[in-house]
Amino acid sequence: MLINPVKRVYLALESWFNISFGTEWNPLYHLGTLSFFLFWIILVSGIYLFIPFHGSLDGAHASVEYMTHEQWYVAGIMRSLHRYASDAVVITVLLHMFKEFASGRYRGFRWFSWVTGVPNLWMVVTLGITGYWLVWDEMAQYIAVGSAQLMDALPIFSGAMTRNFVSGGMTDRFFILIEFLHLLGQPMLLVFMLWLHVKRLSNVNINPPRGLAIGTFVALLALSLFEPAVSHAPANLATVPREIRIDWFYLNVYPLLEVWPASQVWMLTTGVTLLLMMLPWLLPKKDGAKAVVDLDNCNGCGLCFDDCPFDAITLQARTDGARYDHEVVVDPALCGACGICAGSCPASNPFRSSRAQLKTGIDMPQLPVDEMRRLTRQAIEEISGDLKVIVFGCEHGLDVMRMDGGDTRGIKLICSGMLPPTLVEYALKQGADGVMVTGCRHNDCYFRFGNRWTRMRFAGERKPGLRGRAERERIRIHGGAEPDRRAIEQDLDEFRQRLRELNQAAAAASE
Amino acid sequence: MAEINNKPIRYLLQAVNYGVFMAIIWYFATAPSVRLIGANEAKITIAFAHAGQLREACRRLSQEELNELPPNMRKIDDCPRERSPVTIEARLDGEPLYSAILQPPGLFGDGGVDVFYSGKIAAGEHYLNLKMNDSVRVEGFNHNFEQQVSVDPAQILLVGFEPRRGFVIKEAKN
Repeated sequence: MLINPVKRVYLALESWFNISFGTEWNPLYHLGTLSFFLFWIILVSGIYLFIPFHGSLDGAHASVEYMTHEQWYVAGIMRSLHRYASDAVVITVLLHMFKEFASGRYRGFRWFSWVTGVPNLWMVVTLGITGYWLVWDEMAQYIAVGSAQLMDALPIFSGAMTRNFVSGGMTDRFFILIEFLHLLGQPMLLVFMLWLHVKRLSNVNINPPRGLAIGTFVALLALSLFEPAVSHAPANLATVPREIRIDWFYLNVYPLLEVWPASQVWMLTTGVTLLLMMLPWLLPKKDGAKAVVDLDNCNGCGLCFDDCPFDAITLQARTDGARYDHEVVVDPALCGACGICAGSCPASNPFRSSRAQLKTGIDMPQLPVDEMRRLTRQAIEEISGDLKVIVFGCEHGLDVMRMDGGDTRGIKLICSGMLPPTLVEYALKQGADGVMVTGCRHNDCYFRFGNRWTRMRFAGERKPGLRGRAERERIRIHGGAEPDRRAIEQDLDEFRQRLRELNQAAAAASE
Repeated sequence: MAEINNKPIRYLLQAVNYGVFMAIIWYFATAPSVRLIGANEAKITIAFAHAGQLREACRRLSQEELNELPPNMRKIDDCPRERSPVTIEARLDGEPLYSAILQPPGLFGDGGVDVFYSGKIAAGEHYLNLKMNDSVRVEGFNHNFEQQVSVDPAQILLVGFEPRRGFVIKEAKN
């Protein structure tokens, strides 16, 4: 299967982290939650720093120097943590964007999360800029003059802002305004934007795995002790700072002002931002057909409502007069067309109507459960050898159709989460010796929860599960992307060997 | 998918990854530095706000004209709001430094203009000449300033304009 070069780079990076962190702690699978965790560090350290901070032009620098040098053991470390966690969050946000782009998770029904996510990077950057401003050292002076130049280039300002930073116009009142922005205004706006960003997702988790959180915190603490954050000399608007050791994570736009007019800097930054925001339409991808509810087969149990990763399903009062309390409704604009709901529906049980058409409560028009059952039956019939292995896979992980041949047939699903566990039992009942289920890499499902729900369903931790009599030894789950083909094929060979042993044992027992 | 089950090796590899992550933060948090000005350079900044003079002089209304107006609007002078553009030229040691023609902003062209120029100059002695015209009713420049100035390295030489005093060298304050 062809993989675009950007995705190949991402998968290579992901593989490396899987080797060292494992799939549970892989930071690339937790970039969003890691960013939230870093925000917590920034918030707690920021609250501490606010206590000894003197919010005035004359007192700010001195109070920060006091924290850095006199009370280095607490306030100094807090300052460094505040700074380095802020830098780290820019990296995690950028990686988060890169990952979603490389995986194609930015277009189609996901446009809203992408479009509301891009401005968050600027929110974070401007929050950092006002933070640096508060130190009121030479770097703050550099930021103040640069920011004023940028503001003056906008038609909404009269062009007077820059003058404030050359003729003693900077006042405590303005400084307090910056404080207000940094401490209250910008964080509140960021929280609102983050809420908006995840609004179309369900089961949103904001906490990374404990091990990853501890590792990240220890690393930041070590850096804070190794290289404590320090200030430049106090700001002096009568002179030009000779050299500024700028923080490139936040201030990378400012050096451009030395070579370009502010209007061109605006054009560049606005242009890049708009380009990023328009990517879902510049590189479009059509969503599959959306899930369809069949009220005649829906009892309103709510399992699909619980499992939908995109908050596309709601439960409402029954409208068809049936004796159940609820019915489900799908919002097509939110539906990711993943089919996880079909996999969760108890009515997707293929044993229900062995000959007639299998109708379920919620189904995918492009691959109904009845068609999945037919494909399964056909695949089993096509295998002529002594061993029959069916491999279910998804469109976004390993291409299972390349496994076709000999004793194995692949069946491609939209997402592994759309596979009802009872269909696996059905396959075994129909003559398959074993069933392997692949999907995206563990913890990295294209549709967020497909492979996780599948594992949990097969482990009996989530409904619908396997029935008690199902032969669990004949079922194997191994998620992975195309670069993991060799490992999965090795596992499949081992699985075949195990199935032969089971067959021999079963034959011996029957004799 | 390859995963290492040996815990010490796994933690070691994680430490390497965290190390790389922190090294990236450590480096780009302060480097490479940006040099804003050379060792023997200074800066001159011309910054002030100024409203050009009215394009047309005020005209005294006749008694007949005043009688036609409602009693509460009988102002003796009719002053058109539109102001003159501000033309400014700055030369340093005889060389052109900055020049601009700034149109008055506002719907009726009656606003003041903001003059701002900032550029690097060599530190030391200079001869500064500034000229400004702020009235379309005056030919040439109606404000002129010439002065020998001395600038220290990294100093900002701040030039302003005050309506009563004309151009002034200001002491840049923190």
